[in-house]
Amino acid sequence: MKGFKPSAPFLLLLPAIVVLAAVVVLPLILSLYSSFTPFRLTRPETFFVFVGFRNYLSILSNADFWWAFGRTVLLLTIALNLEMLLGLGLAMLVEKATRGQRILRTLMMFPMMFSPILVGFQFKFMFNDNIGLVNNALQSLGITEDAIPWLIEGHLAFIAIAIAEIWSSTSIFAILILAGLLAMPKEPIEAARVDGCTPWQTFRYVTWPFVMPFAYIAMTIRSLDVARAYDIVKIMTDGGPAGRTELLWTLVGRTAYSDARMGLANAMAYFSILLSIAFTVYFYNKLAAARAQIGAEW
Amino acid sequence: MATVSLKKLTKRYGNMEIVHGIDLEIADREFIALVGPSGCGKSTTLRMIAGLEDISGGTIDIGGRMVNDLPPRSRNISMVFQSYALYPHMTVRENLGFSLKIAGAAKDHMDRRVAEASAILGLDELLERRPSQLSGGQRQRVAMGRAIVRDPDVFLFDEPLSNLDAKLRTQMRTEIKKLHAKVKSTVIYVTHDQVEAMTLADRIVIMRSGHIEQVGTPDEVFSRPAIRFVAGFIGSPPMNLHEATVSDGRLMFSGGDSLPLPGQFKSKTAAGDRVVFGIRPDDFYPTGHGLSSGGETEVHRAELPVSITEPLGNETLVFAEFNGTDWVSRMLNPKPLKAGDRIGMSFDLSRAHLFSAETGKSLRS
Ligand SMILES: Nc1ncnc2c1ncn2[C@@H]1O[C@H](COP(=O)(O)OP(=O)(O)OP(=O)(O)O)[C@@H](O)[C@H]1O
Ligand SMILES: [Mg+2]
Repeated sequence: MKGFKPSAPFLLLLPAIVVLAAVVVLPLILSLYSSFTPFRLTRPETFFVFVGFRNYLSILSNADFWWAFGRTVLLLTIALNLEMLLGLGLAMLVEKATRGQRILRTLMMFPMMFSPILVGFQFKFMFNDNIGLVNNALQSLGITEDAIPWLIEGHLAFIAIAIAEIWSSTSIFAILILAGLLAMPKEPIEAARVDGCTPWQTFRYVTWPFVMPFAYIAMTIRSLDVARAYDIVKIMTDGGPAGRTELLWTLVGRTAYSDARMGLANAMAYFSILLSIAFTVYFYNKLAAARAQIGAEW
Repeated sequence: MATVSLKKLTKRYGNMEIVHGIDLEIADREFIALVGPSGCGKSTTLRMIAGLEDISGGTIDIGGRMVNDLPPRSRNISMVFQSYALYPHMTVRENLGFSLKIAGAAKDHMDRRVAEASAILGLDELLERRPSQLSGGQRQRVAMGRAIVRDPDVFLFDEPLSNLDAKLRTQMRTEIKKLHAKVKSTVIYVTHDQVEAMTLADRIVIMRSGHIEQVGTPDEVFSRPAIRFVAGFIGSPPMNLHEATVSDGRLMFSGGDSLPLPGQFKSKTAAGDRVVFGIRPDDFYPTGHGLSSGGETEVHRAELPVSITEPLGNETLVFAEFNGTDWVSRMLNPKPLKAGDRIGMSFDLSRAHLFSAETGKSLRS
């Protein structure tokens, strides 16, 4: 062992490296390995049977998985677009406020302070067909006679979940876009007004290009969020009715624990990560292009 | 036809009044320069005319039409901003053509106007760049170009040349003058630089803390300043202004020196009056080195010590000590002088100014 002298920085970092390896790297490696085994929680010995890509191949022909995959992408598309529109609207309203802007900004952050589990319960209650606020309101206002089976009918349940997602996270868009609006120089807007722009044209040609990068940052964050959506769905419908609101991660959870097929679940999980990576790359490219366009120095 | 008429124009921020009811009539095709010290409300006035700032009181008419409640786009003006205000995400070409694009102009018309503007302003090599890739002076030229691609009724310029180097500034000044001769629009031009104001404007408006102090042709404001402030503001180097008391047909300065009271003011002052005596460096010169050497009618001569000199090549500014302070004089055909030399100085009293010390008003008729 003579001659091996680790440097001081390495030695000092060693405890941190060991801890990180134990809690992050090791589980990652184990889960990746288990995705190549038929591991079932009920039969621990299957952990040591190596089956190569069999789990991955069976995913490819698994209709449930592809439905969940498609539904996740759909939820992501709907939620992100609406959140962006609403967030943009909110941000522009708050930016216009000359008084109490700080209070408004804090209020705007409110939904983000709730844990998703809580949001799930809250909306589960609101959309309850018998005692929920939504049906109550609709009936009192005379808009409908019957109780709408929000969480019981597949499409409605999906809509309810999307609403909960949007409610809880529109503020991410609003905050980031507001940051963009506040950072934006005011002179180009004035120049546009003098150059003959209507308020809409001013927004379209001057304001929007400027806040676009901020919107893409929010998109990146939120696409990762929604691609991992779990808590809200778990609480509100638990993937039901009859799997009609099953998303990727609720399916992974169910496969792993209810069905106890850990190996298959891990394979699904690793496959799903591809989705997240794809979205991240996509939005990063958009962001880079948008930044280059406004000549951003950040 | 684009006359511009300001009536009792007032601007308040909260309960702080910034522009105090100014009146100004600008003729069609007139070139008006708005000058005044920093913070006097020039930009604010211009922005009210542009429609970017609400009007707190009074009215603005453009071409005989009251525009108080019209948005900027309906006023047919173009404006060059003090801070360029270029569109950061557009290339120079797009910046120049933007207003035409919004107005729905045909592509070839747009291309032609952009090409013309870029040729005038020397922007041809920069057309595909974005503002962040330009120097300050280049940005300023793009801002100018953006204003001139259109045919507005009124051009509003807010210190458009302030960031250019001396050479480019002179060049651009000439371009603006040519441009005005060609496009025949009304121009309102805010500037700090009195040379710009003097060379470009048909009339100069001098503002101070939200008031108009004097409106006149460059010659009027230079040779017949109505108040002491204008006298000190217009002209470079500035007029020598010193307080004195009238006594016995003489002006007695506080330091003990005195000058004869110029003839034209004899009937306008009484003994004991407190006044401000003013004389331009051009009218106070080393004897034999003045503008009008020989032709003067009322000259006072004195032998004065030189404290410093500033040679400028074709002329030298000589600071001569009189009454305990330095008075600046302009020496044409300069000859070398050094500090401490005593030289014969001439005061051309027929061209001197006298202001009331109390009101600041000129006592010249
Ligand atoms: N939004 C505002 N709120 C309060 N006061 C303001 C506001 N904008 C400008 N002012 C004040 O109004 C006055 C006039 O400002 P303005 O920009 O018109 O000056 P200016 O003559 O253009 O000066 P400069 O030559 O430095 O550009 C200044 O004293 C300034 O502090
Ligand atoms: Mg200004």
